[in-house]
Amino acid sequence: MKEKEKTNWLLTILLSVIAVFVILGPLYITVVIALKSPSDMEHILALPTSLHFENFSMAWKLTDYPRKFLNTFFITSINLVFTILTNSMAAYAIIRNKDKSRFFNLMYYYFISAMFIPFNVIMLPLVKQASAFHLDNIYGITLIYIIFGLPMNTFLYSGYIKSLPVALEEAAKIDGADTFQTFWSIIFPLLKPMSATVAILSFMWTWNDFLMPLVLLSDASQQTLQLAQYVFKGQFSTQYNLAFASYLMVLLPVLAVYVFCQKWIIAGVTSGSVKA
Amino acid sequence: MNKHRNNHISPAFYLMVVPVAALFFLLHTVPFLKGIFYSFTNWKGYGSWEFIGFKNFLQFFKDPSIKQAYGFTFQFALSATVLVNVLSLALACGLNGKIRGKNLLKALYFLPYMLGTLIIGFVFNFIFGNIIPGFGKTAGIPGLSVNILGTSKAWLGVLFVTVWQSMAFNTMIYLSGLQTVDKDIYDAASVDGAVGLQRFIKITFPLIAPFFTINMVLSVKSFLMAFDQIMAMTGGGPGTATTTISMLIYKRGFDGGQFAYQSANAVILFLVVASISVFQLKILEKREAKVN
Repeated sequence: MKEKEKTNWLLTILLSVIAVFVILGPLYITVVIALKSPSDMEHILALPTSLHFENFSMAWKLTDYPRKFLNTFFITSINLVFTILTNSMAAYAIIRNKDKSRFFNLMYYYFISAMFIPFNVIMLPLVKQASAFHLDNIYGITLIYIIFGLPMNTFLYSGYIKSLPVALEEAAKIDGADTFQTFWSIIFPLLKPMSATVAILSFMWTWNDFLMPLVLLSDASQQTLQLAQYVFKGQFSTQYNLAFASYLMVLLPVLAVYVFCQKWIIAGVTSGSVKA
Repeated sequence: MNKHRNNHISPAFYLMVVPVAALFFLLHTVPFLKGIFYSFTNWKGYGSWEFIGFKNFLQFFKDPSIKQAYGFTFQFALSATVLVNVLSLALACGLNGKIRGKNLLKALYFLPYMLGTLIIGFVFNFIFGNIIPGFGKTAGIPGLSVNILGTSKAWLGVLFVTVWQSMAFNTMIYLSGLQTVDKDIYDAASVDGAVGLQRFIKITFPLIAPFFTINMVLSVKSFLMAFDQIMAMTGGGPGTATTTISMLIYKRGFDGGQFAYQSANAVILFLVVASISVFQLKILEKREAKVN
């Protein structure tokens, strides 16, 4: 028994060393370069001789960071709220009725089979469609994110909703609650763990997405943070310090969220896929 | 509860589904069907067009850029899937061992999942372009003293970055699988003399097979779609050496006047990805069922 409790120090050290060099190494390089001046680049990996925070303010101005941040924040937060509300509701209606109604059964298979259609496959005609409907802006792309989440989220919610006893809803119905009230006051609170997973996945998708903004948001005033990094690649050119300061400002919000919620995020992401 | 009430479906349920389903149809299904429609035309993305039947699809067999893109994408997806899954499984076994600071290490190894692929690509661009060649020159290793992304081995650089980032997710899935394995099974196995690699192959792996299925299906699908990291690192080059199918659709479909032709390419990509996913699910589930 005693032997079982013993820590494997060799393994601990090995995993720590790999983590420091392979995972934190590139991040260290990002931070160090973001803080250096171009004349300080001879020993690239060395700590900066003096800290150049003006890299950040210059990148802030050059890429119009506040605008891009607000665009990204708008898309991410509105998508998160409305995805959870509308997708959970749709999944609930579908799962509760798919065994007694052909229509809801059809809806179930409609959404599930749409999971096999990757975004890249529909992007060409989608762009034509979006510009015809004037959806090629941050409002339009937000709507598209919310709607495109349906297949995956119906799938994620379905197993969870199936496990909730129908008796709860029947009791609410007898008390005079209508279907919306029942959903809102009984079902929605019970879906919280799965909603957390959906929220994390939606957040990660929209904050880090590059392809959809690339094809839909051409106007500079509509661009997201990720897209701006690509657009400014040419302007940064060999001004690495400026470029890395800019990258770091895009990574920081996510890193901050991760530091405080990492346990929750890892659990959410893995439980979502394992259930799926 | 009588039968009548059970079969009656409140209109509210329709209200919960119909509006979002209608929008989904309009924004997802219609473009999908339009893409299939365009694939039988010669539309450039502007101007007039006419039906040309299967000409676009027949043209594929003669088109070197299509051959190149499919060849590279498959080579890349296969290599990345194998590497990511082998390394993730090894890492997950390590993290599942009797180690200290397990939660901190888990958090560190999951970190790449959180970071945008485009920016990771830019950062590694710099590492491959400015740090490794400097190191290679000082150490006198000719293979390392040039920017790998400018050579015929550019794809290895892209592969490295993809593996670096994708391992985060796959490792956590394997780890959650390993945590479901009952420790008592190992005690029973060691009594029977199964240890080390043998124990892993005969006992652990079959027990985590469902997690292997998830990882295989998700990996292959996402690697066949590779786009962000390649746009960031090589732009598809040198030449067209690292151009993936998705990049070809994007580049030629929007700017190259090949809207219809690349729509046909997208239809083929869809058929390939969907059939591989279905095939994988069938095969892997069958094997799982046999094991259980």
